[in-house]
Amino acid sequence: MSDNYVPKSAVGKWFNERLPLLDLIYGHLMPYPTPKNLNYFWTFGGILTFCLVTQIITGLVLAMHYVADADLAFASVEHIMRDVNYGWLLRYIHANGASLFFMAVYIHMARSMFYGSYKEPRELIWIIGVFIFLLMIATAFMGYVLPWGQMSFWGATVITNLFSAIPIVGESVTNWLWGGYAVGSPLLTRFFTLHYLMPFLIFALVILHVWALHVPGNNNPEGIDVVKGSQDTVPFHPHYVVKDLFALVVFLIIFAGFVFFVPNLLGHTDNYIQANPLQTPEHIVPEWYFLPFYAILRAVPDKLGGVILMVSAIAILAFLPWLDTSKVRSAKYRPLYKQFVWLFFANTIFLGYLGAQVADGMYLIMGRIATVYYFAHFIIILPLLGYIEKTKPLPKSLSEPVLSKKEKEILASGATT
Amino acid sequence: MSDKPVTRRNFLYITTGTFTAAGAASLVWPFVDQMNPDASVKALASTEVDLRPIAPGQSITVLWRGKPVFIRRRTPEEISEAKAVSLDELPDPQDDSARAKNPEWLVMVGICTHLGCIPLGQKGEYNGWFCPCHGSHYDTSGRIRKGPAPTNLEIPDYVFLNDNTIKIG
Repeated sequence: MSDNYVPKSAVGKWFNERLPLLDLIYGHLMPYPTPKNLNYFWTFGGILTFCLVTQIITGLVLAMHYVADADLAFASVEHIMRDVNYGWLLRYIHANGASLFFMAVYIHMARSMFYGSYKEPRELIWIIGVFIFLLMIATAFMGYVLPWGQMSFWGATVITNLFSAIPIVGESVTNWLWGGYAVGSPLLTRFFTLHYLMPFLIFALVILHVWALHVPGNNNPEGIDVVKGSQDTVPFHPHYVVKDLFALVVFLIIFAGFVFFVPNLLGHTDNYIQANPLQTPEHIVPEWYFLPFYAILRAVPDKLGGVILMVSAIAILAFLPWLDTSKVRSAKYRPLYKQFVWLFFANTIFLGYLGAQVADGMYLIMGRIATVYYFAHFIIILPLLGYIEKTKPLPKSLSEPVLSKKEKEILASGATT
Repeated sequence: MSDKPVTRRNFLYITTGTFTAAGAASLVWPFVDQMNPDASVKALASTEVDLRPIAPGQSITVLWRGKPVFIRRRTPEEISEAKAVSLDELPDPQDDSARAKNPEWLVMVGICTHLGCIPLGQKGEYNGWFCPCHGSHYDTSGRIRKGPAPTNLEIPDYVFLNDNTIKIG
C-alpha cells in the first residue's frame, strides 16, 4: 500500500532510503483503503488513541509532583491541586480523561459486538483489544489508589483481598502483594511503579492492534468483505482523517465540559478524605466503569466463586469470536441477534446500576438474574443463534443497499453495454 | 503572490489553521508552566534574620529560597580595605557603598557567579572569599578580583526592619 510514496525533500529521500519510517507512517495514514460507509462509531479508535496519549502526557507531568508514600501521597495531591501552576487542570484532565477513556472503549467494544468486527479474519485484533482492556482496568484501578483517599485505600484493600480467595496460597499471595500485613506504603509505591509502566505496554499493544487491523482492513456497517482499492473503498486521507478529527472535536467539547464544569461528578467525595486504616467508609463503590463487574462479584454468595465469576466476565470476551457461531457479521442482517445484542447492552448497563446500589434484598436478586443473563448471552444465546437464526440476504457491494431500484436497473443494464 | 483569486476555501483553511495553532499553543502552556516555581515555593520567598548573636568578624549563612546567603559583620579593617580599592582594578566595578547598606553588614548570596559552588569565607588572595571549584577570588566586599567568575557575588533584596533584624527577599 506504500509503494508509491516518494518524499519531496532531499533530506526526506536520504532518510527514507535508509529507514523507511516515513513510508510506513504514510502508508498507514494516507492511502490506506477504507470502506466508504464507516459511520461515526468507527471514529472511536482515533478518539481512544488520543485518550491514551493524553493520559500518558498528563500522567508524566503529574508524576513530577506526586509522592508515592502513604504519609505524603494525599498531601502531594492537594499540593498539585492548590500550589502547582495549573496542577488542578492537569489532574482534572487526567482523572476525567480516565473516565472518558472507558466511555470511549465501551462504545468501541459495543461497536465491534454490534457489527461483528471480531469475526474471522479479525479475531486477533479483538483478542489484542481484550488484553488492552485488561491492562486499562489494571492501570485505572492502580491510578485510583494513588491519591490515597478513603476510596483509594478501601478500594485497594477490597481488590487486593480478592487474591486471598485463592485456596491454600491466598494469604501468602496477598501478603506478597502488600509487602506487609495490610495495605500501606509498600503497596502504594509498587502500584505507582506499575501505573507508570502499564500505559506504555498499552501503547505497544495499540500498535499491534492497528497493525493487525490493517492486514484485513476495517470491517464496516454492512459486515461484508470489501475488495481493497475497489469502488467500495476510499483512501483514509482525507476522508476518514477529517471524519475522525470532527468526531474528536465533539468528544473534546464533552471532555472540556467535564474538566471545567463538573470535574468531580464522576469521582467520589470520600476520596477527598485522607486514607484512614481504622475506618471503612459506609458505602464502598468503585469508579463507575467497574460497576458491572463489581455487581457480578457481589452477586455470588461465595468468596472464591464471586472472584472467579468476575474474572470470567472479562475473560469470556476473548472467546467471543468462537462463541458466536454465525457467519454473518453485522447485526443489520441478523434480526434475532440484533435484539439480543441490545438486550445484552441494556443488561450490562443494568448491572452497572446494580453495582452502585447496596447489595441487599431485591438488588441482590436482580443482580443474580442479570449476572446469569450476562453469561447466558455468551454461552447459550450466541452459540445457538448461529444455527437457528434466519439471516437476511447480504448485499454484494457497499453501494447496493443505498441505491434506488431505478439506479440498480441502470447499473444492471449498464453492465451489458 | 500568485494571481489566483482568494477563495472561500482559502479563508476556511487559514482560519482553521490559525485557531488550531492558537489552541495548541494555549494548551502547551500549562504543561510548561507546571515546572515553574509553584505557590508553595513562592510563599517561602522571604527570610527574617536576627543579627544580635553575630559579633564583629563573624559570619553566618542562612537559607533563602533554597540558596545560602552570607551575612558577615565586617571588622573595621575589612571595611577600610574594601573602600580603599580603586574601581579601575575591578573586573566588575562596583563601589563598596553600593554593596552594603550599612558598611558593618555585608549580605550577599553565597553562590559563586562562575558555576554555582559555595565560596569559602576569609580565604583567597584578597582575604575575602575563595571558590574551591575553579579558583575565583573575591575581596572583603564580595567583589570578583581574580579567577573565572564573571561578576561580583550577588546582593539580594533586603531591608533592615530595625537595628537588629533584616528581612531578605
